[in-house]
Amino acid sequence: MTATTSSDVRAPTHRFGALSRLLQRSEAAQGYALLSPVMIIMFAVLAAPLVLLALYSLWTQVGFTVDRTFTLDRYADAFTRDTYRELFLRTLWVSSLVTITTVLIAYPVAYYVVFHVKRNKFVWLVLLTIPFWTSYLLRIFAWKIVLGYGGVINASLMRVGIIDAPLEFLLYNPTAVVITLAHAYATFAILPIYVSLEKIDRSLLEAAADLGDGPWRRFWRITLPLSMPGVIAAAVVIFVPTTGDYVTPALLGGPKGVMIANMIQLQFGKINDWPMGAALAMSSIAMVAIITVFFVWALRYATGRIR
Amino acid sequence: MSSERKAAARQRRGVWALGAFAILYLVFLYLPVLFLPLFSFNDSRFIAFPLQGFTLAWYEEMLADDAMLNALGNSLQVGISVAILSTILGLLGAKAVTRYAMPGKEAITAFIMLPLFIPEIILGISILILWSALDFPLSLMTVAMGHTLICVPFAMAVLTSRLDGFDQSLEEASLDLGENAWMTFWRVTFPLVMPGIASSLLLTFIVSFDEFLIAFFLSGTEPTLPVFMWSELRFPSKLPRMLALGALILLASCVLVVFAEWLRRRGVSDAERGGGYGIT
Repeated sequence: MTATTSSDVRAPTHRFGALSRLLQRSEAAQGYALLSPVMIIMFAVLAAPLVLLALYSLWTQVGFTVDRTFTLDRYADAFTRDTYRELFLRTLWVSSLVTITTVLIAYPVAYYVVFHVKRNKFVWLVLLTIPFWTSYLLRIFAWKIVLGYGGVINASLMRVGIIDAPLEFLLYNPTAVVITLAHAYATFAILPIYVSLEKIDRSLLEAAADLGDGPWRRFWRITLPLSMPGVIAAAVVIFVPTTGDYVTPALLGGPKGVMIANMIQLQFGKINDWPMGAALAMSSIAMVAIITVFFVWALRYATGRIR
Repeated sequence: MSSERKAAARQRRGVWALGAFAILYLVFLYLPVLFLPLFSFNDSRFIAFPLQGFTLAWYEEMLADDAMLNALGNSLQVGISVAILSTILGLLGAKAVTRYAMPGKEAITAFIMLPLFIPEIILGISILILWSALDFPLSLMTVAMGHTLICVPFAMAVLTSRLDGFDQSLEEASLDLGENAWMTFWRVTFPLVMPGIASSLLLTFIVSFDEFLIAFFLSGTEPTLPVFMWSELRFPSKLPRMLALGALILLASCVLVVFAEWLRRRGVSDAERGGGYGIT
């Protein structure tokens, strides 16, 4: 849309060689030329590795070498062995819980900042954005200090005399993982929801009020459906990376809280069965993709029904 | 009349409750993290209440730790190269996307944004497989390549929102007045895009500097700072100095983020484009 028809005014063509004259001949060619460095890197470090990952998942580890005959045995293992199945289910369960809690908690906050903060909006936005950029590792580690045996919660409760011994259920279980991840991904939810709320045309809300709709009805029939793209985006950017989270389960999950990423890391580390690790990785990509697509479709459908 | 007033009062109460909730949310967001600096000044090797008194010993211990300083140097090296490389790539990409009409633009943009939607563990292991298949030794360079992959989407997003409001006629005027393409870029385009570039450099640096999982798989024998910290977290005796380090990193990244945000928002409002957030 913004493209003008000025490719011929752009530069004195004679200054450049034949190649650039060729490139300047068409808009699209110039665009592709500018994009080519990014695309080369993307193919080298994203596309090629993913293809190799897929290939590896079809091979077999034999001692220290890899047998390159194609087989689906690794996938059969991934889906039938109890250990793996349990890890997959727990991963999906934990990620879903994290996604739902995070979005539900973030929505009112984004709503408040968009509709009710008049001055200091910038301050609020920066405060909500900072954690997004600060060290992920440290944010996770902070929770170990809070939930640990001698940590903040236990020490305080013991001091006040509510409990005699540290609460052991705080750390090293799936709940600790859910709390920590919900905190770590909080800003991932705020920003998309904030943007979609901010985009809503206020005159629609005024029109609804003029026509006699109460605040709840207005929210339910206008604000919520129109902010749904933000909610969906938030849910996707939380759900997808949390299914691959390694640090939190490793640091706070304990044996009962490990997730599929920890198993994948083990296959590439101590166990040294790369094909198995690759098959687990591919399976988890496939599962997450299917669930995400279904979920986005379902939410869109539900939003359509409200209107 | 009175029912209207009642409704208004109810609405005020609702807004007040929302505000209280939002403030509680900020507390939830910041409180756990603030324990890191708090305990970094605590005169005890055990991270537990009650606090034992103020000390700077952990900061001294940290500064004397050569392995830590070495890891810090590695991270700075990687972070700076990644920031420069991904900002250049992002600038070229953003220019292409905002300036030129071409078929398949959406698909290309989606492909460039893809790394943000793939769990880092998948990126880490698949790039590891690539280098091992090529028999290429792991080093800081392999880490930097991996980080570039996840930093380019951020650079693209920041710079696209900056270039979107860019007035093409300024460049054309300069060309019409006889400046060549290079001088036009240097004297017209560059100053206008500068805030976006600065903010992209800062943000991509922070992303690379903080990134753990990809570096964990790709760093070989040269750890970046997060990888070093991860290995040290296992030793309780080294925890206090990790807290001191963490407190400093938090402080530094807060300063950088606020600065980058300020730059970027100033840029965006210059172009009269309110509210839009360049992330994702």
